[in-house]
Amino acid sequence: MEELLQHLINGLSLGSIYALIALGYTMVYGILQMINFAHSEVYMMGAFFAYYSAKFLNLSSSPGFGSLAIVLVITMVLCSVLGLAIEKFAYRPLRKAPKLNVLITAIGVSLFLQYFAQLVFGADPKVFPNLIEDQTLFSIAGAPIKSFDVTILVVSLVSMGVLHFLVYHTKLGKAMRAVSHNASVASILGVNVSRVIAYTFIIGSSLAGIGAILVGIKYQKIEPMMGTMIGLKAFVAAVLGGIGSIAGAVTGGLILGVSEILVVVYGSSQYRDALAFLILIFILLVKPAGMFGKNRIEKV
Amino acid sequence: MSAPLLDVRNVTMQFGGLKAVEGLSFQVQKGQLAGLIGPNGAGKTTVFNMLTGVYTPTLGEVAFESKKVSGLKPYEISSHGLTRTFQNIRLFKDLTVLENVLIANHQHVKYSWMDALLLNDSFQKEEKQITDKAKEILHIFGLSNKIDERSANLPYGEQRKLEIVRALMTEPKMILLDEPAAGMNHSETHSLMELIAKIRKEFNLTVLLIEHDMKLVMGICEQIFVLDHGVKIEEGAPEKIKSSKKVIEAYLGVDADESH
Amino acid sequence: MRAIKTPLIAALGILIVASAIGLLTNSYIQLIILFLFVNSIMGMSLNLVNGYTGQFSLGHAGFVAVGAYVTAAITTKFPVPAGLIALPYFIAVSLGAGVIAGAFGYFVGLPSLRLKGDYLAIVTLGFGEIIRVSLNNMSYFGGALGISSIPSMPEIDLGGYVISTFATSLIFAIFWSIICFFVIWRLLKSSHGRCFLSVREDEIAAEAMGINTTKAKIQAFVVSSFFAGIAGALYAHFTNYVSPASFTFLMSIDAVIMVVLGGMGSMTGVLTSAFIITVLPEILRSLKDYTGGVDLRMIIYSLALILIMILRPQGLFGDKEITTIRRKNVSSST
Repeated sequence: MEELLQHLINGLSLGSIYALIALGYTMVYGILQMINFAHSEVYMMGAFFAYYSAKFLNLSSSPGFGSLAIVLVITMVLCSVLGLAIEKFAYRPLRKAPKLNVLITAIGVSLFLQYFAQLVFGADPKVFPNLIEDQTLFSIAGAPIKSFDVTILVVSLVSMGVLHFLVYHTKLGKAMRAVSHNASVASILGVNVSRVIAYTFIIGSSLAGIGAILVGIKYQKIEPMMGTMIGLKAFVAAVLGGIGSIAGAVTGGLILGVSEILVVVYGSSQYRDALAFLILIFILLVKPAGMFGKNRIEKV
Repeated sequence: MSAPLLDVRNVTMQFGGLKAVEGLSFQVQKGQLAGLIGPNGAGKTTVFNMLTGVYTPTLGEVAFESKKVSGLKPYEISSHGLTRTFQNIRLFKDLTVLENVLIANHQHVKYSWMDALLLNDSFQKEEKQITDKAKEILHIFGLSNKIDERSANLPYGEQRKLEIVRALMTEPKMILLDEPAAGMNHSETHSLMELIAKIRKEFNLTVLLIEHDMKLVMGICEQIFVLDHGVKIEEGAPEKIKSSKKVIEAYLGVDADESH
Repeated sequence: MRAIKTPLIAALGILIVASAIGLLTNSYIQLIILFLFVNSIMGMSLNLVNGYTGQFSLGHAGFVAVGAYVTAAITTKFPVPAGLIALPYFIAVSLGAGVIAGAFGYFVGLPSLRLKGDYLAIVTLGFGEIIRVSLNNMSYFGGALGISSIPSMPEIDLGGYVISTFATSLIFAIFWSIICFFVIWRLLKSSHGRCFLSVREDEIAAEAMGINTTKAKIQAFVVSSFFAGIAGALYAHFTNYVSPASFTFLMSIDAVIMVVLGGMGSMTGVLTSAFIITVLPEILRSLKDYTGGVDLRMIIYSLALILIMILRPQGLFGDKEITTIRRKNVSSST
């Protein structure tokens, strides 16, 4: 029982990280109908932004919420700049091009950032600074609750809460929903589509930056290839929930996180990475629209 | 009277909460040249999509030569001899005019992969035969000098013609033409209509066409079905349609409420 | 008689050239030459699916892996017969490897090809990774260690004149490259191949013209996987070693780059880019000292991908061949 609870908490904190990254995929897909392959690399770069800003400001010597907040803000800003740059230089010139070209470009951007990071930061893993002290805060039914997991859950919940507010209670959110529903109509009605796209990239990239810091705190190791697998899994989470749906991305992320931990604990860790692909293939073949998605009919 | 070639029985097409076509029934006899008309958004193209298997009707069924075809895949329906053109032109853009037409013959090709790889007699003979046939139909439509041109480079009117040629290459018994004269000027339209009448005789075809130009439809069609808001409001010979109060109301928008 | 004479003369010619290259170059250069053909087969076969049929697959490495592993398993378990008979033995084994890879292609393609665009890309990527992860976990195939000491092509002793391993390897590689080129080329000039093109151009119109597009896609996918398997078989013989780490996502990316760089739907374009893909890393290898061991290759590839998509989306050759400019009026609407 204790053990199961422990695993569930582990799964939830992993799942909420997936969810944060999945939100970036799902929002860009909702607006542009493209898989932003480079999103996982914005996440990876986020980890390095956090690493270097903590190092530069010498924050690891004073762990605590203050330091965490500072690193979070810096990382979110830098990730947003990176996301915007990718959108402007790689995707915007292809706004009217066939989807396949956009996909290939996105793969290109992703590969470029991976190897660029290797060149600049080195290929070896780096130890992420301690932004939060590792301690057991309290226990539920005998299971110790760690400060790391609480931080992850709190930060993710707050981020998702803010996102929910942005999307459903602000003018920007209304514009985003309008563009996602029908970009050309939205633009006729006076919505500045380019601006909405830019904000989507800012929000998605910020969330990826938050996710990167949380991963750094929990797993304490960052490297230039860290984005590939987690990016694919977050993408699977988005598809599982129904791509384009915010609630779907969160639900999908949590389901994937928990089931992955359970597979590792009760099955074989060897198949940990295959699980995501099996779920993806299954969902696409059985219900391609995902749990919360809608089927689209092709117009003839 | 023999059974109709195309028999649409009480067909409904629903997208979510929207009924694009509701309770539609009509028949087209073998050899007829029929027209399907109605104001914008009446559901005419949806009807074509149901007939050719792009959509499966929510309710009701479509029979062709007394065999049920609704629910079949589009290529299966095509192989029954029912084919179409598209309102928004769907040529194989990057392929040549000739290639466009040859592809439509594929279902009749007898040579195997092996024959194609070995370049043997049966391959070469049949390729020549279908190329000749394609050129022949292209000739009828005045496209002989364009066979090696990329199809997307043809002028608009010729693209529409090429769509018809391509459809004819499938050796259809019945062809559905979706606004074949859209975007053509008066004299082009006139000569296209003569052409349609001519191929109908020559290929022993049954034709159902969607057209906006009322004058044109009245001039050429023997039987007309009028659709409004997804419901058939009238059918009959052109004279009857011309004098129908319901049709005039539908087109003029008088009393256009949706409480059918 | 001509049907026998021409290939015989060609084989003899290759033999002489191969022997000459064998004498004049070291084994490093020889391996690069052989890999030129492995990559060409990989590129041409992926081009059939991605370029001609318009279905974007990102899992080509998975099928190369299947072919390589089948070859490795058979040739390490059953001894290679000595003498001339070794050649038909190797051909039979690689044929078997291709057939099994093709069967994998069928079972992967059947469900995935219902999807389009991005989703198809992701699912094929997923299948490719699943094949790799499974190989990693199969002790029969050596797990993560893979299979080593896979036999090379044999030396053949023609009564005193010895044909070197490199020469037989080269003949073997050229043999399969020509078959691959020829099969795809001939298919595209037939009605069966035109179906593939119609699927790429407009699926809905193709269906309305009586073409079973699902069948066409699967056919293209199976042929493509077959030749991917052949490429894998060659890979296994030429490197004498296979492991799951050889067949990662990056190998699929290599294949995609060959197709995109050369122009989707151009055979000669793909062959040209196969040359670039094979030779470029070797040129860049010398730069590794300056970059701290980081492979500049991927940075160049990725920038090339982005720039091509933005500046010349039709690739270096578009869908044309070097030898012919088929269309009088070319517009860049794609």
